[in-house]
Amino acid sequence: MSKLAQIGQNVLNWVDDRFPLTSTWKAHVSEYYAPKNFNFWYFFGSLAMLVLVIQIVTGIFLTMNYKPDGNLIPGTNISVAFASVEYIMRDVAGGSIIRYMHSTGASMFFVVVYLHMFRGLIYGSYKQPRELVWIFGMLIFLCLMAEAFLGYLLPWGQMSFWGAQVIVNLFASIPVIGPDLSTFIRGDFVVSDATLNRFFALHVIAVPLVLLGLVVAHLVALHEVGSNNPDGVEIKKNKDPKTGIPLDGIPFHPYYTVKDILGVAVFLAVFSAIVFSVAGFSAEMGGFFLEHPNFDPADPLKTPAHIAPVWYFTPYYAILRAIPSFLGTQVWGVLGMGAAVMILAALPWLDRSPIKSVRYRSTTFKVALVLFLIAFIGLGILGAMPSTNTRTVIAQIFSVIYFGFFLGMPFYTKNEKPSAPVPDRVTFSTTRQKILFFVYVALAVGGAYAFAHVV
Amino acid sequence: MRNMTSKLLLALCTLLAVPAFAATAGPHLDPVKVDLRNTESLQRGAQTFVNYCLSCHGAVAMRYNRLQDIGLNEEQIKANLMFTTDKVGDPMKVAMAAQDGKQWFGATPPDLSTIARSRGADYLYNYLRGFYRDDSRPTGWNNRVFDKVGMPNVLWEMQGEQVAVYEKVKNHTTGKEEEVLTGLKLVKPGMLSTTNDKGELVNTEFDERITDLVNYMVFMSEPVKVKNEQIGYFVLLFLLFVLVPISYLLKKEYWKDVH
Amino acid sequence: MSDQQVNNSKRRFLTIATGAAGAAFGGLAATPFIASFLPSERAKAAGAPVEVDTSKLEMGQKINVEWQGKPVWVVKRTPEMLAGLPKLDGKLADPKSEVNHQPDYCKNASRSIKPEIWVAVGVCTHLGCSPTFRPDLAPADLGPEWLGGFYCPCHGSKFDLAGRVYANVPAPTNLVIPPHKYLSDTRLLVGEDK
Repeated sequence: MSKLAQIGQNVLNWVDDRFPLTSTWKAHVSEYYAPKNFNFWYFFGSLAMLVLVIQIVTGIFLTMNYKPDGNLIPGTNISVAFASVEYIMRDVAGGSIIRYMHSTGASMFFVVVYLHMFRGLIYGSYKQPRELVWIFGMLIFLCLMAEAFLGYLLPWGQMSFWGAQVIVNLFASIPVIGPDLSTFIRGDFVVSDATLNRFFALHVIAVPLVLLGLVVAHLVALHEVGSNNPDGVEIKKNKDPKTGIPLDGIPFHPYYTVKDILGVAVFLAVFSAIVFSVAGFSAEMGGFFLEHPNFDPADPLKTPAHIAPVWYFTPYYAILRAIPSFLGTQVWGVLGMGAAVMILAALPWLDRSPIKSVRYRSTTFKVALVLFLIAFIGLGILGAMPSTNTRTVIAQIFSVIYFGFFLGMPFYTKNEKPSAPVPDRVTFSTTRQKILFFVYVALAVGGAYAFAHVV
Repeated sequence: MRNMTSKLLLALCTLLAVPAFAATAGPHLDPVKVDLRNTESLQRGAQTFVNYCLSCHGAVAMRYNRLQDIGLNEEQIKANLMFTTDKVGDPMKVAMAAQDGKQWFGATPPDLSTIARSRGADYLYNYLRGFYRDDSRPTGWNNRVFDKVGMPNVLWEMQGEQVAVYEKVKNHTTGKEEEVLTGLKLVKPGMLSTTNDKGELVNTEFDERITDLVNYMVFMSEPVKVKNEQIGYFVLLFLLFVLVPISYLLKKEYWKDVH
Repeated sequence: MSDQQVNNSKRRFLTIATGAAGAAFGGLAATPFIASFLPSERAKAAGAPVEVDTSKLEMGQKINVEWQGKPVWVVKRTPEMLAGLPKLDGKLADPKSEVNHQPDYCKNASRSIKPEIWVAVGVCTHLGCSPTFRPDLAPADLGPEWLGGFYCPCHGSKFDLAGRVYANVPAPTNLVIPPHKYLSDTRLLVGEDK
């Protein structure tokens, strides 16, 4: 052993006597045994961590130049907040890159998290014993939605202002306390400087703190029970009798670290293309990542012609619009929208089938899953468009399917017959499965594209 | 408050009662060719912008010395483009105060720093060419893509005067005949109007001038764009040809162990 | 797990290569963040060179201009003031301006380009207060030998009319002369000399 290595070892020993460094590394990385058959869907957990880091770092640097001040600059009709964003975009060296990383990161966070959640859905990762992993994940998702909503107000453009106006007014529809509640949230009778300041505080420190805590809880819970896999087989049931290591498990490090590095590299290529608007991508992504009207400064007297939330909220927004008001109140739409998010948390108890992976689930479940996916994507597309009679009817049908998928689950998953026998040991994806994956993706993208053009 | 909330939600939820219009509909827009690398066009556009737009509109996010990015030096900027200030690092402020604008035009003329990003280049191109005579308007002008616009046609000396051409079209829902604006006709030539082979008045030269102006406004709305693109290609090439291949080989090498 | 021969040197090479490429990318990614700490275009615009018209200065008058947010003095010195400068050499800490607090073209007896027009950053070299202009001769508080100069009210540092510091005062060095040049006979540009 060289002298340098000896010194390193001594330092490590000194630390280990006082802090569980090596043991933590072993427990969570080098001796955390993960199933060896992870496929494409298993990249998104680590990618979500990466995006979280990107958001925190870029966010810290943005706060150094951003000013949460809704008052107008004297002699102009531009607020200090709006101007400070343009200041970052133009006058601060590297500012535009940092800002685009943050705005791209916001949308990519949802891309990654939606795919991560869908992975959980198709492979039954929410099922016993991983219910708490799923619940923590749901709480992370809620925090993320809050972060996105709060942060969207900060540029203080037209969409920031009117988006916040509409969403805060949703609370006003709650009977009795509603109107006072929405005034309480705003700190004013309209969305104003006071609202901007509190949203800023919540966005940059309060929610991120909770988010970080939840991410730790999510990972600790996951590493306690172990990762699921595309076959839904518990690898801990088949351990090497001598070493006690799962036969189908491989240490996370180096195998999944090197695999995730590859995933990160590919992800960063896409991410950079968007941030720098190259190779056919753009930081605005056709108005889906950065909405065009948000480049107009907020004007409390003029509503934009068409208010649409950012794409990641559109499925829930479509549900809100699809539910008409009755019994003299519009609270039902709001409740429906809230329920659409919250019902996901109940998934571990709604699904009564012991079969985890979609690979072995019944045709009934597969059909339900496809219908759900169609409804979810369809609602997302409809929520981004101005509504018409036809679109509202379609949105209503999709909303019924959406809720039907969850509420019907206890019935159609009871006594579910597997479509193929669940194996004892994990299997690697076959070439057929790999090809089918691309076919499914192509079908989903093509179908969504066609649907968007037809409606 | 409750009343306002109800109205807003009503507007949201009962948009279902409103037939298809909004976003996708609207007047036809001629496409404009934006080229942020054409510095000559950008410089001509900047010239038009400071001469015609900046007296009523500001562009407070844009500093004059940013014009160095389109190939001008500080002396040229000072001599030809700066009318409201003598400091080349100053932003393009408007000479007129916001309150005055509100009194004169009914609304404060919007700041134009990012207008090309909110409206899009095509809209600006058609809006700036879309003014026509309308004596019912206080300014005497109306606009094809922005009905009842408050802004007068400040470019009329170059453009000349256009009038609206209407056609009778049957409304499908009501069944009644309605007059619909289908186009504009140049009736009085401006400084840039010419006559084509057929003896008709045309504004080809004027349209080019507007193309330059719109090109400049697109540049101004995001001055970092061209530079970011250059950095972006470098970053992307590095990722695709260095980091991705190496990490792929690394993954493949380690995963030889896994069967 | 594997009974295959593991090619350790290949693994080590690829690990190092990936690490190096990753570190290079990390460095690349850090650039905008580090760059954002530099003065912004707004700060640069505020710190841009300032033009001063010296034709309106009266004999013995001092005007203040702002450059990079700092007070810059422009003083038009009378022949008597200039004549008084060499007499003080014995009482000063650095009469020959050896400390590099002025551009080379101002390292002379009057610490200026034109002897009568003197430009300096009006910030005391002790702890950053702005000294007061005291052109009066032999005032009560500064003693009978005072030939005019600058007095820092914070800690009592004294400078002569060329900004040279007196010996045995808190301030260690002469006042700073900023880069400047003449665009014409009376148009002075402070902040740039090229």
